[in-house]
Amino acid sequence: MLLSTRGLSKNFAGLRAVEDVDFDLPKGEIRALIGPNGAGKTTLVGMISGRIAPTAGRVSFDGQDITALPAHQRMRLGMAYTFQITSVFGRLPVRENVALAARRHLRGTAVEAAVESALARVGLSDRASQEAGDLAYGHQRLLEIAMGLAQSPRLLILDEPTQGLAEGEIDSFLHLIREVAQEATILLIEHNMRVVMDLAHRITVLNFGQVLAEGTPAEIHANPAVQAAYLGGLPDAATG
Amino acid sequence: MRIYALHVGLLALLLALHFVLPAYHHGNLARVMVLASYAMGYNLMFGYTGLLSLGHALFFAAGMYGMGLGVQHLGLSAAPALILGLGAGALVSGVLAALALRTAGVAFMIVTLMFAQAGYLTVLYFGALTRGDEGFVIQQADRMLWGIDLSLEGNRYLAALTLFGTCLMLCLWLVRAPFGRVLVAIRENEERVRMLGYDVFAHKFAVMVMSGTMAAAAGAAYGLLFGYVGASFASVQYSIFPLLWVLLGGAGTVLGPFIGTLFMFYLIDLSSGVTTAYMLIAGVALVLLTLFAPQGLMGEVRRRVWRGLP
Ligand SMILES: Nc1ncnc2c1ncn2[C@@H]1O[C@H](COP(=O)(O)OP(=O)(O)OP(=O)(O)O)[C@@H](O)[C@H]1O
Ligand SMILES: [Mg+2]
Repeated sequence: MLLSTRGLSKNFAGLRAVEDVDFDLPKGEIRALIGPNGAGKTTLVGMISGRIAPTAGRVSFDGQDITALPAHQRMRLGMAYTFQITSVFGRLPVRENVALAARRHLRGTAVEAAVESALARVGLSDRASQEAGDLAYGHQRLLEIAMGLAQSPRLLILDEPTQGLAEGEIDSFLHLIREVAQEATILLIEHNMRVVMDLAHRITVLNFGQVLAEGTPAEIHANPAVQAAYLGGLPDAATG
Repeated sequence: MRIYALHVGLLALLLALHFVLPAYHHGNLARVMVLASYAMGYNLMFGYTGLLSLGHALFFAAGMYGMGLGVQHLGLSAAPALILGLGAGALVSGVLAALALRTAGVAFMIVTLMFAQAGYLTVLYFGALTRGDEGFVIQQADRMLWGIDLSLEGNRYLAALTLFGTCLMLCLWLVRAPFGRVLVAIRENEERVRMLGYDVFAHKFAVMVMSGTMAAAAGAAYGLLFGYVGASFASVQYSIFPLLWVLLGGAGTVLGPFIGTLFMFYLIDLSSGVTTAYMLIAGVALVLLTLFAPQGLMGEVRRRVWRGLP
């Protein structure tokens, strides 16, 4: 197992955002994490990445208990995290955004190579000198992914990466993630069912902070409890 | 390359001015260079990292008193006294960093302000050693550094230029190095930096110690070059000055602190020649500048002329 949680819980002033989650993610998998709004998905990956301190429970990464590690040390172990609410360095050039990610583990000319390659993979090469804040929203999402790639992570956590992408951009996103999955394990929070059904090897469904179901896309699609949680059926696969 | 040409060019110009300036401006410029070194240290924290300290007089005074008390009471000669001043600045800024960096924003401003005020009161409290407000003079005999008499105008100017040049080149190198890039990133979006795997606290701690030590170097040099150590240098005024200089010159630019210090120095100098209400003139000029060049002078240059200016 690359990543495991046991009994992971988070209370926000009495609100049980995440409750007693046991979650296992084997190396090499693309896992989708889905669930209705407010189900606790962002909170769960926040506890995995160290942004949010859990109320109870443990997290281990690559066999090591990392519950007590601060976020930056978890990143250094090989995690990368992209925010649900776009978080880039708006007043810095696109290139520098990615270079900051690369320089954490690289020096010298290797940085440039990593930056160029990450930007090329998300299709932002021709915007490298622009200020990140001037990019369109969808392009800022892609920049976040490029920053993730430049860290050469073992586990890439993506929180709703396709939000704000045009249909055409989603196709290249699908292609990109399949390619990245050759080297990294991927944990993907996603509302767009086409993306989920296309990409995920397995799906975990969260509802009211608890794991409602887990299985292959086909199993999840046929699961009546999941259908019920989404109030009358999964969102249509074509429209997301 | 152009960047190094610009900064080395300024140092060369300052060296050339040494030979041509009339005595009055020669003396002024020596003072400005030392104070600009103080402002550059301040700028590392405020301009590049986004940490607004209101207590830098504590570091300036730590350097000044570390040097001055070393000379006065420990019988040190200039070189070890300077080192004592630097050490005092590093120590004090390290301790304050460990305490104050647990807070952020307004709380950070208040904590730094309070500690600097405590430092000021400490200087007054130990009046027997520090001679409080009145201060004490560093005798000419104690102002010899490696056989160079720093009380002489020419030597003083060159010593100030040496300090200034060292601080300038250090800053230039630092802000262009990976470490400095992370500082700027912290200023822009701290949470993102953390989630890229950088230890934000360690970076802030390091830059605060560098900033405090540079301020202390300026404080120690000021006492040694101008021969006087007094409590006014530990007062809240001296915490506000570098903030003003940096804002005027351009926060987050390497040359800004020098330009701002020079500008303010001559603004007050010229307006006090015209009227006794010189602070009013200075105030109006400041307001105009913040209205029309909110990024400071060098900030405007960067915005309009040279975008890659460090
Ligand atoms: N910092 C916080 N303080 C208080 N409540 C919070 C906080 N963060 C999240 N919550 C609450 O916890 C619950 C889970 O939120 P979370 O953001 O994890 O959901 P989500 O599954 O990511 O939802 P979405 O699909 O809308 O992004 C929600 O009810 C939310 O309002
Ligand atoms: Mg969310």
